[in-house]
Amino acid sequence: MRSERLTRWLVTAPPLIFMLVFFVLPTLIVVAASFRYPGEYGGLAPLVPEGYTLETYRFFFSDVIYIEIFLKSLWVAALSTGLCILLAYPLALLITRLPKRWRDLMILLVVLPFASNFLIRIYAWMIILGPQNGFSLAVNTLLGFFGIEPVRLLFSPFAVIVGMVYVHLPFMVLPLYTNLERHDPAWLDAAQDLGANAWQRFWKVTWPLSLPGIYAGSALVFIPVLGMFAIPDILGGTGDILVGNLIKEQFLGTRDWPFGATLSLFLTLIVLAVAALAMRFSRKRLRHA
Amino acid sequence: MRKTSPWLWLSALLVCLFLYIPLAVVVVYSFNDSRLNAEWVGFTWHWYQVLLHDEEMLQAAANSIFIAICASLIATTLGTMAGIAIQRYKLRLLPVLTITPVAMPEILLGVSLLLFFIQVLHLTLGLLSVLIAHITFCIGFVAIVVRARLAGMDESIFEAARDLGATPWQTFRLITLPLIMPAVVAGALMSFTLSIDDFVITFFTAGVGVSTLPLQIYSMIKIAVTPEVNAVSTLLMLLTLGMIMLATRFDKSVLRGQG
Repeated sequence: MRSERLTRWLVTAPPLIFMLVFFVLPTLIVVAASFRYPGEYGGLAPLVPEGYTLETYRFFFSDVIYIEIFLKSLWVAALSTGLCILLAYPLALLITRLPKRWRDLMILLVVLPFASNFLIRIYAWMIILGPQNGFSLAVNTLLGFFGIEPVRLLFSPFAVIVGMVYVHLPFMVLPLYTNLERHDPAWLDAAQDLGANAWQRFWKVTWPLSLPGIYAGSALVFIPVLGMFAIPDILGGTGDILVGNLIKEQFLGTRDWPFGATLSLFLTLIVLAVAALAMRFSRKRLRHA
Repeated sequence: MRKTSPWLWLSALLVCLFLYIPLAVVVVYSFNDSRLNAEWVGFTWHWYQVLLHDEEMLQAAANSIFIAICASLIATTLGTMAGIAIQRYKLRLLPVLTITPVAMPEILLGVSLLLFFIQVLHLTLGLLSVLIAHITFCIGFVAIVVRARLAGMDESIFEAARDLGATPWQTFRLITLPLIMPAVVAGALMSFTLSIDDFVITFFTAGVGVSTLPLQIYSMIKIAVTPEVNAVSTLLMLLTLGMIMLATRFDKSVLRGQG
């Protein structure tokens, strides 16, 4: 019995201690840092007895721009999630209609592009949307026919959204496919026998039953998009700043760490709320289904 | 078999094109005999030769590979322990601790480790800080794959080994480890890929002195885009592609873990 407890301790302790030291502790440090003053040369000021303050929180609410950036990030995340649903649905649905041996191959094909580095995937769009490239020229020629001024595709909010959708699409396809695969074709047959047309079969049967998959996929897209800084950084223009860029700027640019910590804390809270919401919804739906 | 509407085929096909065309563009232009990624001029190996003589890039590649090997070895050891512990002892805290860093926006782990390394450990950012950071987010992936493998197994084989007088260590070495080996190898390959590919967390924990391949690619994209980026991207794509294919050979569940 004693060796059993010793084994348990030996197996559990190393990963547990590692995660406590390098994940939990740093997270707590962020919370603590948000109540500190910035140092004279950036970073944190040395800790003195009355070294804790609500200054960064006051600063956050003193200028509406920070709340606006948060709202804009939420909007970009919502839009990207919506577009991912739109693109992922037909693909996931089609894969479930394929013969069994083709399905795994198709899923592999969906995942493979995403085995490549995400900077490379963003860089690809930098090339495609570049002003001298075919796509940009075609779009602007088309706009020209309607008498619209040429637009710049790269370094624009449009490019940011394209990048976000492109990078996160498989996170939507996979959970959606996992859900749709479990649907019994007999349900659709039954709906058809009862006189439902293709459109009604989709909206009354397939769509409501796929909601748990949609919720899971939405959380997997929404959350990383919310904290993304590299895509706006590379594909966006100077004005396309999201929360991630703001946080990055505080830590590596202006070096106002307490403010950066406060911003990350707010982001963490939003992420936790979104995750909790997604979990609650997908569970509720499962029970009804 | 239900008849599939041609519209569904068409839209799925378009989505597939959307997935693949961008990557094809990167690869094709890596062989283009022009400084601009704009129009096709002619075939050349020139950008790969440039790459071979780019000292900074080679150093970054060496750093990346070193970090990826170390991170995957350590993360696989700790992650396998975590996977076994979670499955066998039905723990509550450990799964949350290992999986949360993977589920959060990467920037949050990046900045919290940056603060921690500098304010608490007074560590000079460099290879060590990047290595620790990579281990932190790889453990969860390994734990998930290993646990999934264990979950599908009959517990009674471990009890049988114990009843026959095997010590916990013997049970692990002779029974558990051989059985979970495919998952362990898959987890190690996944960790290697995740580590060599990571940009965000490395960006915050690398400091000024150390560069990795993704960091090098980022600074090239930001400063001056030349087809050399396409060449290094193509090679990195081939490497990660091979790794993922290899990992799925050992354990199919890594595909799901990736998404």
